[in-house]
Amino acid sequence: MTENWIILGATSSMAKAFARAVSVDGARVFLAGRDMVDLEASAEDCRLRGASDAEAVKFDARDASGFQAIVDRVTKEDGMINVAVFVGSMPPQSDIDADPSLIAGVVTDSYTGPAAFLQTVAPAMEERGGGTVIGVGSVAGDRGRIGNYVYGSAKAGFHTYLSGLRNRLTRSGGHVVTVKPGFVDSAMTWGIEGMFLVAPPENVARDLLAAVEKKKNTIYTPFFWRIIMGIIKAIPERMFKKMSV
Amino acid sequence: MLWNSLTYAGWGRVKTASGPVARPERVSSLQAALAGDAGPAIGNCRSYGDACLNDGGPAVKMVRLDRMIGFDETTGILEAEAGLKVGEIARVFAPRGWLPTVMPGTGFATVGGCIANDVHGKNHHGAGSFGQHVTEITLMRGGKPVKITPKKDAELFRATVGGMGQTGVIVSAKLQLLACKGDVMVVTERRIDNFDDFTEALDGSKATYTVGWIDATAKGDQLGRGILEEGETDYGLVPSKKSSKSVPFNAPRFALSKPVVKAFNNAYYRRVSESGRTSVKPIQDYFFPLDRIHDWNRLYGKAGFIQFQCVVPVDKLSAVKRILEKIAHSGQASPLAVLKRMGPGRGGMMSFPMEGYTLAVDFRASKKAFKLIAELETMTAEAGGRVYFAKDATLDAKHVPAMYPELSKFAAVVNKVDPDGVYETDLTRRLKIRSAS
Repeated sequence: MTENWIILGATSSMAKAFARAVSVDGARVFLAGRDMVDLEASAEDCRLRGASDAEAVKFDARDASGFQAIVDRVTKEDGMINVAVFVGSMPPQSDIDADPSLIAGVVTDSYTGPAAFLQTVAPAMEERGGGTVIGVGSVAGDRGRIGNYVYGSAKAGFHTYLSGLRNRLTRSGGHVVTVKPGFVDSAMTWGIEGMFLVAPPENVARDLLAAVEKKKNTIYTPFFWRIIMGIIKAIPERMFKKMSV
Repeated sequence: MLWNSLTYAGWGRVKTASGPVARPERVSSLQAALAGDAGPAIGNCRSYGDACLNDGGPAVKMVRLDRMIGFDETTGILEAEAGLKVGEIARVFAPRGWLPTVMPGTGFATVGGCIANDVHGKNHHGAGSFGQHVTEITLMRGGKPVKITPKKDAELFRATVGGMGQTGVIVSAKLQLLACKGDVMVVTERRIDNFDDFTEALDGSKATYTVGWIDATAKGDQLGRGILEEGETDYGLVPSKKSSKSVPFNAPRFALSKPVVKAFNNAYYRRVSESGRTSVKPIQDYFFPLDRIHDWNRLYGKAGFIQFQCVVPVDKLSAVKRILEKIAHSGQASPLAVLKRMGPGRGGMMSFPMEGYTLAVDFRASKKAFKLIAELETMTAEAGGRVYFAKDATLDAKHVPAMYPELSKFAAVVNKVDPDGVYETDLTRRLKIRSAS
């Protein structure tokens, strides 16, 4: 049976690499995002790489009115429904400090928007008795830091949401993978100072597929971020509050 | 962030550049980057010298625009974005019976780079150069895309193919793929005893893909000894590709010292038995043998290396022999030395190929090597030959007009579409290509 993959935020490099990886396995992919011209090109790319079909669909994390239409479109197809969430936005913390109204957008893009979409699609997944959700969070969600705590707090909310959704979908045979990437070599990190051990998006995509296969609950990618974050989380708050890491 | 301040190098790591580099992931961000008339496009930086460098100015790295955006099963025409790696096309399409008609020696070269350098492959004698199989190019200058074809825009097209990016940013192109049997290669290897036998064997080869490896350390009677490799595509099953390795650090000087290279070359030569052998290989291993070793350029150590590649007309065969003799006596050659018979096929005004023999040899960078290469370049010029810009880091600008007879025409076309020299690179400045008249 053909697997359906709804890929939210499909214009990002991580999402593109993931879409290619599932296309090679013959999945049917729905590339969801705002830049339709870009998504159409990616859809053709997925078809040529082996997707049984590929379609661009309009998705804006800040406009929930379009969510049901995507679910309706996908449920027309047979096979399991899977969702991979790559959306999020991270304006520099200094911009947010200057204009606190930016917080709403960050939270919608990184947490409440995708959560509302998953809430919309979950009943269809349950009805088919399976399916996987990959939720891409961030190591930034593991602990609030001076450099990006608004983004980090949105991702922390998303992590908690995913854990609850996992609890729910498990009952119908579904699964949720929470992904915490470190620095990924993408447009988001290109030209930002202080990046190290930057992972190519293709490697992240490979880790995601392996996690789906092995039904992992939470993964760090690359794996060593689990150790780095383990250390960061272990620092007592009375010390951490004075540090800038 | 759109722009990133980087120091980057050509594959030989002898030349480096520093400047802001954009790496757009969507056409819309490419347009944003080019709106201010940014700078030349670069790909995977697999050209050896400074063809892919713009020191002190901006460059647009195209590697993330790497999608296949259309394929016609009946004609075999693939439309691809400029950042797509040519090896990726082979990997995806060979199992379906199609290959890029021309493939250079590395699968990491991008479509845009293959066009801009009008690269050739092991089938040049039959198939011609990469640009001859491009049916349409989408160029962008100042954020506006323009489609050009060989018929409608003959001059601009011939200035774009092999034009080192001087006519604007190549965004995408339509490539005529070649029908092939499948994704394996049947390869026959034969030992050849000396230079004269080698050129005779190359001339007489009936194979689609032919290339010669030369032991550039052998002298005297053995000068020009090596292994002739002939290949055809086929279908069937071969053991899956071995996983790739990488060179984790710069090798020390002795790794490619004279006795080591001599011993290695001798062993490499004797690996093929006197009666020859035929084997079956995965297609990637045949076309891109060095791609399995990531960062192999580190083997040459921190100083980097230079590849000298020339082509000399058929009737000047003796000049090739003299060049090889000089290399053998210098004791500076590395194991990588290749001899090939080229056909006349070339797609652009500044394309490298000409009917003749092409010789490519790597040298670890050193004062001695620079001096030797300068002499080899003069010998090439005197023989009416050419040096390959994709490999070049050292050529004297004075040689260029004779080597590239269409230079002034090229300069005129390019200076008209890019009067401000936005797309100049370190190579075009060094070789004074845009100031020719």
